[in-house]
Formats: sequence, structure tokens, C-alpha cells
Amino acid sequence: MIGRLLLRLLFVVALPAVLVAVWWAASNGSTDPFWPPLRTILDTFPDVWTADRLRTDVVPSLLRLLGGYALAAAVGVALGTVIGSYRRVRAVCEPVLEFLRAVPPPVLVPVIMLFAGIGDTMKIVVIASGCVWPILLNTVEGVRAVDSVMLETARSYGVTGFARLRHLVLRSASPQIFAGLRQALSIGIILMVISEMFAANNGIGFTVVQFQRSFAIPDMWTGILVLGLLGFLLSVVFQLVERRVLGWYRGLRATTRRS
Amino acid sequence: MRGGHVALGAAGLAAFLALGEAAPRLGLVKEAYVPPTSRIAEALVDEAADTAFWSALGDTLTGWALGLAIAVCAGVVVGVAVSVVPYLREATASTIEFLRPIPSVALIPLAVLLYGTELKSVLLLVVYASFWQVLIQTLYGVQDVDPVAEETARSYGLGTWARVRHVLWPTALPYVMTGVRLAAAVALILAITAELVIGAPGLGRQIAVAQTSQAVPEMYALIVVAGLLGLLINVGARTVERRALAWHQSVRGEVAV
Amino acid sequence: MLDVRGLKKVYEGSGRRVEAVRDLTFTVDAGELVCLVGPSGCGKTTLLKCMGGLLTPTSGEVLLEGRKVSGPPPGMAFVFQEYGRSLFPWMRVGDNVELPLKQKDLSKARRRELVRDALESVGLTDAVGAYPWQLSGGMQQRVAIARALAYEPRVLLMDEPFAAVDAQTRADLEDLVRGLWRDRGITILFVTHDIDEAVYLGERVLVLSASPTVVQEQLKVDLPAERDQLHTRVDPRFAELRTHVYEQIQAAKRGVVRDAVTKSDTPPPH
Repeated sequence: MIGRLLLRLLFVVALPAVLVAVWWAASNGSTDPFWPPLRTILDTFPDVWTADRLRTDVVPSLLRLLGGYALAAAVGVALGTVIGSYRRVRAVCEPVLEFLRAVPPPVLVPVIMLFAGIGDTMKIVVIASGCVWPILLNTVEGVRAVDSVMLETARSYGVTGFARLRHLVLRSASPQIFAGLRQALSIGIILMVISEMFAANNGIGFTVVQFQRSFAIPDMWTGILVLGLLGFLLSVVFQLVERRVLGWYRGLRATTRRS
Repeated sequence: MRGGHVALGAAGLAAFLALGEAAPRLGLVKEAYVPPTSRIAEALVDEAADTAFWSALGDTLTGWALGLAIAVCAGVVVGVAVSVVPYLREATASTIEFLRPIPSVALIPLAVLLYGTELKSVLLLVVYASFWQVLIQTLYGVQDVDPVAEETARSYGLGTWARVRHVLWPTALPYVMTGVRLAAAVALILAITAELVIGAPGLGRQIAVAQTSQAVPEMYALIVVAGLLGLLINVGARTVERRALAWHQSVRGEVAV
Repeated sequence: MLDVRGLKKVYEGSGRRVEAVRDLTFTVDAGELVCLVGPSGCGKTTLLKCMGGLLTPTSGEVLLEGRKVSGPPPGMAFVFQEYGRSLFPWMRVGDNVELPLKQKDLSKARRRELVRDALESVGLTDAVGAYPWQLSGGMQQRVAIARALAYEPRVLLMDEPFAAVDAQTRADLEDLVRGLWRDRGITILFVTHDIDEAVYLGERVLVLSASPTVVQEQLKVDLPAERDQLHTRVDPRFAELRTHVYEQIQAAKRGVVRDAVTKSDTPPPH
């Protein structure tokens, strides 16, 4: 029992440890200005990412991401539910939505700068308008696929209106909605970073580009690490939420697969 | 039924274009922000007559296709290797889970330092982002291999290579195709991003140039082209994927709905 | 209690016109347990959905206690054949049973009481916190029945509820339905394609013709009210009734409609 646990721990830790060790060894004593020793990067890290910097750069970035993402989720789910519920509305909207979804989201940055300047509003709108498509289209698919027997059950037991939406339609579509939210999260991070690289005076993306432009290479590397860590942490948080909300779905899938 | 569907879709598209024409003309939005549809169409025609546009389109497509090809090959090879070699799957799981969510745009400063505005910059971002899509789907696909089929193959004395070729690959192929479809979309996003932010030649840089020179209709025209390119890639990838899936289901005797 | 008058349902769509139910007239008295049998594809489900207010008939009407049914009426509960698709997989058993009650103006305590009581009636008190997909098929259908009971309906419509469970479970569920009917005095309309089931359960059996559907025959089941799987099914009278219904259904399949369609008669003992 304990032996097995140790073995699993070994599997989890071994390769990352080896990779870090290889990076450490290979870069140690490196004189290439672009590939500073890992030791130097790690030494620089606490100097760069101070509490002050967290407050002035990391927190604003996260708030923009959160704002844009939440806006996209609200609009995407609401519109997606309407479009998914009516066959005709869906038929009318489909080609336009297909096109809008296919537009690579980063090109929205210059467009939205026209309207919203270079402030926080621009970044939140950029993030929201890039994230909304996967959420919207997945919600449409999910709402459309609600089981007909379930709909009839709800009807015959007088579950209508808001209760029907909340207990049946949105719950039934939640696996698809979450698939959309997951895609949207990685798009959101991309847009957060590049909107800050494009035009900003604070934020993680801005900071990292500043380091690169001023050739503060170890500092730039710490910025890359922070972005990587941020992506990882957000994905962990997302998975925790998903596991909680979609616990029933995993169980259901596991039982249908077994039979 | 089907005809009605298409007609409704066409009506929706027409309404969208008409709205794009009317809103700026009626002053609902500033023409300097959103030019009318007809102005965008004019700019599009002008662009089509310009060789610079076509070479930019070519550059974008080159970066996209090359990056995607590298990512697909690497993703499939690594995915199969990791699944076939004993214990490798377990040993790499944590590393993959950690590396996958790292946003590829984090590599932008590194790409700029290393390669400047060369194609390699674009490739670095495109390959990093699309590689994970292919790898993850390949791993799913290999996981889906029927243990009975695998054991049958083993009991008939098929070697590792033969098992990969005849059992593992056919099962995993539809998953790989899904990975390719996802990767194709991501690759376009990153190719345009690299051009837009780093300034590598391509549609993205043309858009950035149009924006800084206040050529708003041209900027919109280029965005429309980027959208159409994305649409073409999505539709094409979905068609290919559906073929692969149809074949898969008929082989497994499932009912295609 | 329930009056079906001249019910007709025609499906129209994409150039095709299917007459599922031609002309049905019958009544179900308060507190009666009536079984509807008919050849497969004879529009039983269409009929039941029209009665439950889920479908609008092309012509004719359904009256519940003298009032015309134009949508799902509050005093009526429906048990579907597809239990797996009728229970919500994201809700635990207790929540599934409680959901319809939340639409009624009931206190929380009263809802709890109804849920507990209904689950107890179907013998699933312990499953309140489980998800439906963690239960066997028969147990899932019990949950669906409990949900219907908690709704406190005066009329219960059951659409081939046991068609998808194994034989042993099916026998148990049949006894459960009969027991609930006797204890609670609900009016039950039970649709099935199984002749034995119809005769075993029903106080009256309505035999439907093949599509387009009319009532082929109405038959009173003069078996004792006290029934059990062991003795009732070997009762000679049970065999007679079953044979009679079987012949009627065979006749229905051949398209022979007997003249006395609406008369409630009982075949004489042979």
C-alpha cells in the first residue's frame, strides 16, 4: 500500500525533477546572454516578483482576465441558450456565428482599440469578445441536445419557465458549456497577454515585454515562468470547479461505458 | 426542410451585412470605427489587386502549414511512443499536465530575442501551441484501444511494430484527426498573433500596419480575410475528421446517428 | 373521471401524413385501474400523450373530471418507459422526486414528508442520496414511480413502464403498482404491449386495433381483487381472459374490427 503510493509519487516527481536538473546542469556557467543559467533566473525571481509588483502588475492582469471571462461566460451562455432553444433562430444565426468564431481572436485587439482606446475597458472587451464564441457555440449545441423525454417529463410535471431553464436545460447542457469554458480560458489568457503587450502601462504581458526590450534577460525569463505558472494554476482551478459541477457526468459516463 | 434551413442562413448573413452597411451610414456607430460593408468590400477588392497582400497571405499560410505539420508529426510520434513504452505514460503524465496549460504567448519575448521577425519565431509559437492538442488526443486514442484486440494481437505473436500498425493506429486515428482539427485552428490563431505582435511578415503584420496608418477599411478587409481563412480551415478540418470518424464507426459496428 | 371523446391524431410533416389515432372514445372511472393493450405501433403512446396534455389532438377531446385537457393538468402524473432518460442524472434521487413539488406551493417540511413517504412506498428509502445512474433499471423506474406518487396525482398515466426491465424485476414492479393502486385509490391508466401484464394488473382491459387506431374491445377482468404472481397466473380464468385478449389482438393485426366496439362485455366462461 505505502509502497504503491511511493511509486506513484515517484512517477509524478521523477521526470519534472530530471528536466529541471538537466536545465540546471546544461545552463550552469552558460555565457550565452539569451540562455542565462537557471540559477541566475531563480536568484532574480524574488527580486523581480515582489509583493509590490504582484499588486501593480499581476493583480490588474488577473482582474482583466476575470472581468472579460465572466462577461463572455454570461453573454455566451445567455445568447447560446436563446439561439439553441429556437430552431429558426439557430438557422438564421448559424453562418454568421461560424464566421465570427473563425476570426482569430488576436485580430480583435486593433479593432477594439479603435473603440475603447488602450485602457482596461479595451482589454476586458478584447478578452470577452475572444472568449465568447467557444462558450456561445458550445452552449447552443448543449441546449439543442436536451433529451426529448426529459423535456416531456418536465412539462408533464409542471416544471416550466425559470425552473425548467435552471434545473433541466442548463444542467443538461453543462458538459458542453464547460467544454466551451475550457477552450475560452486558454484563449482568454492569450488575449490578456497580447493585449498588454500591444498597448498597456502595466500587467504581466507588459512587464515581460519591457524586460525583453531592455535586454533584462533573466528578468524576462522569470516573467515567462510566471506566465507558465499562471496558466497552470488557472487550469488547476478550472479542473477543480469542473470536477465539482460535472461530478454527475463523469459518474454517468463511467456507468454507461461499463454496461 | 434542408432548403429552408439554407435560406434562413442566407437571410441571416444578408441581414448581418445590411446591418454592417446601415449602422455607420445612419450614424449609429462612427464610420471611422466601423466602415460600411461596401467600403470594406471595396478595400477587399483593392487588396486582392495588391501583390503585397498575396505574399502576406502566403507567408501566413506557410507559417501555419509548416508549424501544423511539425506539431502533428511530433505529437503523434511522442504520443505513440509514450503509450507503447512501458511506464512512460505514468512517468510523463505530471509533466504533460504542467506544460500543456502554459500559454504559448509567454514564449513571445523569447522568440523575439532568438529569431526576431523570422519565420522561426512564428513556428516556435505555432508548434508549441498545436503540439499539445495533437499529443493529448493521441494519448486519448491509444487509451481507447480495445484490450481484447490488443491481447488477440499479442497471442498471435504480433510484434510491437505490427501491433502499433494494425491495432493501435487504426483505433487512435479518429482521435488524432480530432487533434489535428483543434491544432489547425490553434495554429492559425498563433500564426496571426506572432505576426501581429512580433511583426513577422504575414496577414497579422498587414493588420497592424493598417491600424497604425489609420487605414480602417483595409484593416477590416484583412480581418475578414483572416476570418474566411479560419472558416476554410475549420470546415476543411471538420470534413476530414468526419470521414475518419465515419470509417471508425462503421468498423466498430456502431450506429451512426 | 377521464373521458376520451372522438380522439383523433394525425401527424403531418414534410409531405407525409400519418394517421396515428383515428377515432377513440372511452371512459375511465375514478379509482379504476385500466390497462390498454394493442399491437406494437398502434399509437398507444400517442394516445397517452394526448391524454397527458403533452400532445394536442387533431380533433376530439380529453376531459379530466369534466374539464378539457389542453396542457399537462396538475392532477395528473406521467411515468415514462425510458426511465433512464426521464430521471435527471445530475440530481440525486431525493431531488428528482422533489423537483416537481417545488413548482407547487408547498412548505419545505411538507415536501420532505412527501418525498420520504413516496420513496418508502416504493421501498427505496435508503437511495435518497444516490444518483439515478448508480441504481439498477428496476430501481430507477421505482424512483420515477415515487416521483409520480409524491406529486399526489388523482390520475396516473403509465406508458409501458416495465418494457425495459428484466422479468423478475417486472413481476415485482407489477405487484408494486397493484399495491399502490389499492392503498392510495389513484386512477391508473396503464399502457402495455404485454397481454399477461394487462390481464394481471387491470380491472378492465381496453384492446386497441392496429393503426389507425380505434378501440377493438373493452373487457372486464373478473379476477379476484387479491392477486399474486403465483396463483393468479395459473388461475384458469386468467388463462381464458388472456387467450381472449390474444385472439382479439391477432384479429386487430389482421385488421378485423368487431362490430360491437364500445360495449363493455365479458367473454362467457368456456
